[in-house]
Amino acid sequence: MSDSAGPIDPPAITEEAVNAAVDAALAAIAVATTTAALKLVRSEHAGESSPLSKLNALMRSVPGNQKAAVGKLVGQARGTVTKALTAREDEIGMAEAAARLLAETVDVTAAASAWKAGARHPISLLSERAADVFVAMGWEVAEGPELESEWFNFDGLNFDEDHPARAMQDTVFVEPTDAHLVLRTQTSPVQLRALLSRELPVYVVAPGRVFRTDELDATHTPVFHQIEGIAIDKGLTMANLRGTLDHFVQALFGPEAKVRLRPNYFPFTEPSAELDVWHPTFKEGARWIEWGGCGMVHANVLRAAGIDPEVYSGFAFGVGVERALMFRNDVKDMHDMVEGDIRFSQQYGMTV
Amino acid sequence: MRVPLSWLGEFVDLASGTTPEDVHAALVSVGLEEEDIHRFEVSGPIVVGEVLEFVGEEQTNGKTINWCQVRVAPDGELAADGGPAIHGIICGAHNFAVGDKVVVTLPGASLPGPFPIAARKTYGHVSDGMIASARELGLGDEHDGILLLSSLGIDAPVGTDAIPLLGLDDSAVEINVTPDRGYAFSIRGVAREYSHATGVPFRDPALALTVVAPVTRFPVTIDDQAPIRDRAGASVFVTRVVRGVDPTRPTPAWMIARLGLVGIRSISLVVDVTNYVMFELGQPLHGYDLDKLQGGIIVRRATAGEKLTTLDAVSRTLSVEDLLITDESGPIGLAGVMGGANTEISKTTVNVLVEAANFDPVSIGRSARRHKLPSEASKRFERGVDPRVAAVAAARVVQLLVDLAGGVADDLGSVYDEALVPQPILLPTGFVSGLIGLAYTGDEVRDALVDVGASLAEVDGDLQVTPPSWRPDLTDKWTLAEEVARIVGYDRIPSVLPVAPPGRGLTRTQTLRRTVAHTLAATGHTEVLTYPFVSERANNLFGVAVSSAVSAGEADAGAGVADAGAASATPVSVPVSVVQVKVANPLDGEAPFLRTSMLPGMLQIAHRNRSRGLVDVAIYEQGPVFRPEAGVSYGTAVLPAGAQRPSAEAEAALNAGIVPQPLLVGVVLVGNDVRHQPGLPAVAAGWQSALAAVQQVALATGVRIEVRQGRHPAMHPGRTAELFVTVPTAVAAASTDSASTVAGLTVSVGFAGELLPAVADDYDLPAVVAVAEINLALVFAQADGDLSVTPIRTMPAATQDLSLVVSASVPAADLRSAVAEGAGDLLESIELVDDYRGAGVDPGQKSLTFALRFRGEERTLTAAEASAARLSGVALAADRFGAALRE
Repeated sequence: MSDSAGPIDPPAITEEAVNAAVDAALAAIAVATTTAALKLVRSEHAGESSPLSKLNALMRSVPGNQKAAVGKLVGQARGTVTKALTAREDEIGMAEAAARLLAETVDVTAAASAWKAGARHPISLLSERAADVFVAMGWEVAEGPELESEWFNFDGLNFDEDHPARAMQDTVFVEPTDAHLVLRTQTSPVQLRALLSRELPVYVVAPGRVFRTDELDATHTPVFHQIEGIAIDKGLTMANLRGTLDHFVQALFGPEAKVRLRPNYFPFTEPSAELDVWHPTFKEGARWIEWGGCGMVHANVLRAAGIDPEVYSGFAFGVGVERALMFRNDVKDMHDMVEGDIRFSQQYGMTV
Repeated sequence: MRVPLSWLGEFVDLASGTTPEDVHAALVSVGLEEEDIHRFEVSGPIVVGEVLEFVGEEQTNGKTINWCQVRVAPDGELAADGGPAIHGIICGAHNFAVGDKVVVTLPGASLPGPFPIAARKTYGHVSDGMIASARELGLGDEHDGILLLSSLGIDAPVGTDAIPLLGLDDSAVEINVTPDRGYAFSIRGVAREYSHATGVPFRDPALALTVVAPVTRFPVTIDDQAPIRDRAGASVFVTRVVRGVDPTRPTPAWMIARLGLVGIRSISLVVDVTNYVMFELGQPLHGYDLDKLQGGIIVRRATAGEKLTTLDAVSRTLSVEDLLITDESGPIGLAGVMGGANTEISKTTVNVLVEAANFDPVSIGRSARRHKLPSEASKRFERGVDPRVAAVAAARVVQLLVDLAGGVADDLGSVYDEALVPQPILLPTGFVSGLIGLAYTGDEVRDALVDVGASLAEVDGDLQVTPPSWRPDLTDKWTLAEEVARIVGYDRIPSVLPVAPPGRGLTRTQTLRRTVAHTLAATGHTEVLTYPFVSERANNLFGVAVSSAVSAGEADAGAGVADAGAASATPVSVPVSVVQVKVANPLDGEAPFLRTSMLPGMLQIAHRNRSRGLVDVAIYEQGPVFRPEAGVSYGTAVLPAGAQRPSAEAEAALNAGIVPQPLLVGVVLVGNDVRHQPGLPAVAAGWQSALAAVQQVALATGVRIEVRQGRHPAMHPGRTAELFVTVPTAVAAASTDSASTVAGLTVSVGFAGELLPAVADDYDLPAVVAVAEINLALVFAQADGDLSVTPIRTMPAATQDLSLVVSASVPAADLRSAVAEGAGDLLESIELVDDYRGAGVDPGQKSLTFALRFRGEERTLTAAEASAARLSGVALAADRFGAALRE
């Protein structure tokens, strides 16, 4: 309708002329795609020399009785154009912001980091986890020295000085040997220390490091870790021992784990049992695994702690942490646990 | 203990087809743990053959070998390998003659090794099988020639299967016998246990023999003038005599086979018989050549310096605690351990005196350990031998020597028996059920106890249980309860989880220990667990306490002046001797001492990682060190008795005798802290990394660890920090240990920095190794569990920078403290942001720039108020250190 061609007559504020200017402005706004282009459009169609501004300038010559109607016509036209400009400005702004962010794209798989990964040792983690199972039941964690008096390691635990069991312990002695200090061969001395220092009843676990004169090979290490447990109360039974162990192994090895007790001998328990664990997820098939010793605390051990065995009874157990890690986490060689190769622990990170 | 199935089957009925695995399964259920299975590992056609003829053929190597024709099947029959009845066989031995019966392994057979037999071409013939020696068959060590069946007293038809003929079809189960059950070191004892496990009846071999008392007394005197722990050395001593033994008689094949399976080599018939009876009945026995004995036997303790040459031809100097068998010539045996050489049974012995004694377990155990002579006999005596079986065992030896050796039982002998009779034990009704947690019936309890050989009486409704003579381990009602539980079966015990009283959770120290471990791991360190064994030199170098250096300037190795190479020329001096604990029987002769520092073991671990191509190593370890104090003797010479609570004094002495073992943490860093990455340059580990680890420990424990310039013989002289904690008021108030917990007292807790490069070189590590060692026991002691904190101020902050010029020797931390103290309460934070030396700053001076943040408690500070506080800080720094504002 409003072809721009043709001689320019002195302009008159006609509805056709206003509409033509608005249509031209809206068309130009719609095709502007950048902030800079839109700025030009704004100057061309809404600036002082734009057709609409020029029409507006003719308002002076509009007769008084038409001023209101014409004024409304021009005013609405300018409003339409301004609104379109603002809307388009927002659109372009958002698109440009989005494009700028897209240009900031990085390769998230190549992040540099000043932080580096460390790791706990799985033996420590497994010891802590085992202790936590007991702490959750109200037990407490007890401790004792690694370089220990023979009385706590042997005599008080009912190892007679001449009993073959004492010679079978492969004990590491320190000089002078007549001072009767040894590197503890088991965590059991903590039993006595706990009983001597605590009020009854006593329910404690003692994770710790122990020593034997074994050569290091794929399944032995002279320095290893045990978790000892002892409970002394009125009326505790061997059924309570089994119940505790069942709960323990299920917490540590899964709901299908269970315990088998086999008769055995330890100087500090009577009756005594070897403790086997049913390992349902063992790679080469479910099987029983020998894990430690347990039994009812020997009357002589209670007596050594000043406890009347006719009034109190209780149970104790001791299991190997290295062995547990071997069958639980499929560790094939003891060397990996003792050599300190950081790659071993880093496989576990912070959990076991 | 190894148990041949054929032997076991003499005393219990083994169902046909019973395998070693079946026997193991049964025995393990009553507490005899499986160890192994032993077989002869022979198979295939192994038959009796007769040498028909042989031709000696000299070889180029000078040896003569025999080309033999051996009949291995009756005329007209095929041999067991399907071949002809007569086989041509090459044989290198020369101890045979035409007509001898031998053992022929035919092609297809297999001997232990495994050693498969096949026809093979050798010495110009096809040798169609092999004539076997005793050793090749697994029947002993004899390998000087082939096995002649006549030497075993065997004459069987040609072609007879030699495997059952020689007892090679037997097998043995090996079980682990716990130290309380000496009776299970006999076929008799294991058969009884098998009966317990399976319910099949047990035939006691000890009841199968009639024991005839000797008529003529052989003089035996028991004269123990020095009983050990008030126990007589010998409680039973039985002797019997057999005369006219034929020393040429062979040990029968079945006996050799059984002894072989239990692990005993055949020596001679008389010795074999005493060993055989020992395994059968559990009674160690000794045979003397009666004609070499001079006079009667006296059992006594050795005198000081007395000597005895034992059967193994070793001359042994005896202890006054050793129990001896003697005759008029002197010692003839170390009782219960090993016999003497001079009265040994020999190839000419015809008259034998048999000894069956019961010796004190303690005495025998000590002698065996003293002379390092653990024997089959001492093993049994140490664990307790049935005193009632001695006479039976002697009679059994006599019987076998009569039957097998052509001997005649003599009426000469002796019986000494002062063995204690087992005392009855009161077993209250309900005790077993109460202890085990399973309601056993009265019959179950009684039957189990009768089964194990006890005799029962009822007294006022309770049981009076007299244990059998072979169970010295049954001493109280708890041991009886174990027997009942064991015989009825541990699998019957129910599972009942007990309820513990409410606990307090982990102690503060236990929690802190974990937090430190987690924090160090989370900040890039990997936990290691090292053996605590080190060399004396390592302890002397690292176990020294850190000392204070006067100032950073004095060390003449200020921050940023890296010239580690120059310092590596400094030799490592190990000036002092650190008090340390030595292992008496070390695993590693190079490292016989207990660590006084975490670092030596960790440096070895760092090196191992580096040698495996891991260049960046950051490790930590928490654990005890062993730090005896100078002049203190640890341990106790006398130990309190067991089975009773030590007196308060004795308990205190035991505890005072424990070497201090404080918990430490060590950190070692080598290589880069941060590796080179896109857009990120590498950051090498150094003294700052060690101090960062220290601050991580401080963060984990909530204890402020103060850093000052320090000196340590293992450490870089200019890059070492001594670490301190200050005892907080709350901790001092809560503690009763006044020595180390005075409020405000500063306690040295360790050191951090870089190793002396020469020390690093000792461990094959690069010149820069950052280490830290902190005594966590001391740090934890200062951890205030009841921290009180300052309310957070929310008014706007005023921030200002401050540059001060001071002597380069003034520690930044001290300057910082002075500014903070001077600035007062309005100063919320002060951080060191720059250390400048160079143009504009005089030589020997440095310019330190701090960022200060001020904040008012209730209102916004004016710039003038903040500036005034800042200038107060400057004034104090100027006053203390001559610091000047750098404009």
